[in-house]
Amino acid sequence: MALRPQSQPFEIVPDELDELAEESQRHRRSHFARAFSRLMRKKIAVAAMAIIAIIWLSGIFAAPLSTFVTGYEYTAQDYTAFREPPSLEHWAGTDRAGRDVFTRLLWGIQNTVILTFVGMFSGGLVIGITLGLVSGYFGGKIDGFVMRIGEIFASFPGILLVIIIAATLRPRILETVRWVEDNTFLDGLVRSGVVDYVVISVALVSFGWIGMARLVRGQILYLKETQYVESARAIGVSTPRILFQHLLPNAISPIVVTVSAGMGTMVGTEIVLSWLGLGIQPPRPSLGVMLLEGGSISVLRVMPWLLLAPGAIAWAMLLSWNLLGDALNDVLNPRTR
Amino acid sequence: MWVYIVRRLLFLPVTLVAVSLITFALGHYGPGDPVRVLMGNKYDEVAAERLRDELGLNRPFFVQYGDYMYGFFQGDFGESLRFIGQPVRDLIVPKMWVSAQLSIAAMIIGLSFGLPLGFYIAHKQGSWQDPTTVTIAIVLASIPIMVTVPSLLWVGCLKTDLIPCSGWGGFFDPRIVVPAITMGVPGIAGLMRFMRASTLDVLGQDFIRTAHSKGLGTLRIDSGHVLRNAMIPIVTILAFSLAGLIEGSFIMETIMGIPGVGRFAVESIFNRDYPIIMAITLLGAMAFVLANLLADVAYAYIDPRIRYS
Repeated sequence: MALRPQSQPFEIVPDELDELAEESQRHRRSHFARAFSRLMRKKIAVAAMAIIAIIWLSGIFAAPLSTFVTGYEYTAQDYTAFREPPSLEHWAGTDRAGRDVFTRLLWGIQNTVILTFVGMFSGGLVIGITLGLVSGYFGGKIDGFVMRIGEIFASFPGILLVIIIAATLRPRILETVRWVEDNTFLDGLVRSGVVDYVVISVALVSFGWIGMARLVRGQILYLKETQYVESARAIGVSTPRILFQHLLPNAISPIVVTVSAGMGTMVGTEIVLSWLGLGIQPPRPSLGVMLLEGGSISVLRVMPWLLLAPGAIAWAMLLSWNLLGDALNDVLNPRTR
Repeated sequence: MWVYIVRRLLFLPVTLVAVSLITFALGHYGPGDPVRVLMGNKYDEVAAERLRDELGLNRPFFVQYGDYMYGFFQGDFGESLRFIGQPVRDLIVPKMWVSAQLSIAAMIIGLSFGLPLGFYIAHKQGSWQDPTTVTIAIVLASIPIMVTVPSLLWVGCLKTDLIPCSGWGGFFDPRIVVPAITMGVPGIAGLMRFMRASTLDVLGQDFIRTAHSKGLGTLRIDSGHVLRNAMIPIVTILAFSLAGLIEGSFIMETIMGIPGVGRFAVESIFNRDYPIIMAITLLGAMAFVLANLLADVAYAYIDPRIRYS
């Protein structure tokens, strides 16, 4: 709504005309710019984004942070400080082996950040969106095939499929990587933890695409009947161009919401897999393993920081993604606004 | 409608075959050997070979698979490889019942808090109660189970001595409280948001305004008009969660030492006990498909305007 000068409501001088034009220009911002400014007005969403940024940055920069800030290696044992409660020396205390919990948290966060990013990017974004676009746009047999496959994957009880895949793939992938090590000049692959990453990524991707594919398909089914798509087809626009330049940008709002909410699920699944012993292997730190080690009532009684420190991080991650997803849904979804 | 139901039911065997084939292949070609797990450190080649023959593990993949599926569709889930001689059905049915009791308890908590809260905050849209309640629910629902359970036990068992620390005693035993709360609270957040959206949908419709303008009381409108229509989508959710009844939550069951089916499934994966993994995934998949169908049918039954083709 343009502002009108209060004193002379009906008279517009050229100066003000310019201002009005500018004003209306400002209001003709894109859907996303408007959604973004609505999002920034939500304090909770801003806080969630800040928390995610802090956690992700501290995970990404785990190496410099652990060298310069905490000053410990994640496997380094301090023989003078076993089971120390949090202090200035050890910000989150030390564990039973005298390792600095804060440093291990940083590296654990790094694993979670990498894995959830890979899982969401390849499973949700690349595979999910492509399959959704294709099956929604072309329909017919392709659509039926993709959706049936999704249905089959989705009908596995709980995350049992993920667990079965992770449990049965690990030794196979380990064998393959060992073979690569033996037969090429590459060395130290197994020790670097590549296997763990591959196993969890495959497991996360295997179920991560279904929800996204269904969502995108639903959007496309509706969008492809609209006139602008018809006219694009009529003037001979190529199919990939219609898919990625005309259809995808219009389906982006629900995708953003799904990604944010899905990241929470990814984080949870990664933690559960490591907790079960199928993910990152000790001594490499991961939030799941730390939660397992600290997660009994007898440990909680004497060394609460072993559970509460990784627990707080895991909680903050899940919470921020969920809250952000909720806020994004509010600002992007016209039905609930 | 009937055509739709029949078509969906016809697809059920296809789903089951696909699910079972994936599970069986992953188990069969995956590493690990049930015989090795079974014999432990008393492993010796001759005895192992004889045991393999006895268990039928030396037959070709498709013979084993076909044999299993033939039995499955006749209600015979085979015998466990780990607990030799024990039918899978006798092993998993009591465990499923345990998991189902736990899920029901969690569902009661979720429903009895989630639905009223969602209904209430939908009426408070725009005021502070609405976002505050949603935020609190999300905050509580995001706490990882691995943190909630030890913390609740620390309070309830170590500090106050109200409940025993672990184990299982059935639906009416105090030991169900901690797992039920832990599993129920995340459900509150989900159901609450769903109920809120559904109630808001109804509140925005013309017949509600008509009801107000013809002078009906708020209570009458809320109970007679709003609630009845807002509950329709909830039925779908309820039908869906029926499938979850027999799945169990393996984290909870492991931490608390509850003899449920979730924990048993994970143990069986590690023990390479294929018949048990097969039976659990297949029954779970079957429940999922049927619950899906039930949700669709219930939806059409409650709201006759809905047509499936």
